[in-house]
Amino acid sequence: MSQTSEKSIVVDDSIEVDLRNPYLGALLAWLIPGAGHLYQRRYAKGVVFMVCILSTYVFGLAMGGGHAVYASWREGDRRWQYAFQVGVGIPALPALIQTANVRSGGEPILDDMMAPPRDVNPRGDDDLARWNLEHHAYFEFGTLYTMIAGLLNILAIYDAYAGPFVAEEEEDKDKPPPDDERASGA
Amino acid sequence: MMTFALLLASAPNHLWYYLPLIVVVSLVYGATRHELMGPILNHAVRAGVWITGFMGIILLILLAVSWRL
Repeated sequence: MSQTSEKSIVVDDSIEVDLRNPYLGALLAWLIPGAGHLYQRRYAKGVVFMVCILSTYVFGLAMGGGHAVYASWREGDRRWQYAFQVGVGIPALPALIQTANVRSGGEPILDDMMAPPRDVNPRGDDDLARWNLEHHAYFEFGTLYTMIAGLLNILAIYDAYAGPFVAEEEEDKDKPPPDDERASGA
Repeated sequence: MMTFALLLASAPNHLWYYLPLIVVVSLVYGATRHELMGPILNHAVRAGVWITGFMGIILLILLAVSWRL
């Protein structure tokens, strides 16, 4: 990959990629997976990222009955997984609204979807235990799927910001050897 | 060995959930390395095979470790 200007790069497929405004591209890529690439007119990759990441996220959320994604940092219920899930951007942000609603004593919207557990009981008799009981292993599967979706979108965000990642060795391998090397090898 | 075999036998359906993950992870990984669909798909296939092989090796190691359990 070589830099031709501030906004466009040439990748190993020998095509020039116009990143337009890379910062805006990265922001859009975080907000909606694939949107940054669509903004940069990289339509095929935008659709690949959008379909792959959003379908993984939605499938995971559905598997966990809508409870696999929630934001909580209370004693006894530190939902560190949300730090990865929020990588998908807007689709994970309702969890913050739900948490604010529940913590302020209000009722969660969207039929409890993405709402944090109301009570935390160390003996296990609480919402989290109930969700695990109702959805069995699928609650954990859903958590895993949504976390992976968030992590994958971080790769997509970087791609929107800097273009396709090409390792040094791969880049060197494709280049023809310099003239003096060819001469000494002959 | 017995524990491991029982574990595998008790959750055969759960293993299918690995397939969509491998497909999306490989595709996204390939898409971060190339710009055109042809190279992306090639890279995705190679990445999928590599990840599956790696997980197969881990499975064999776990099987060996739990042989006498």
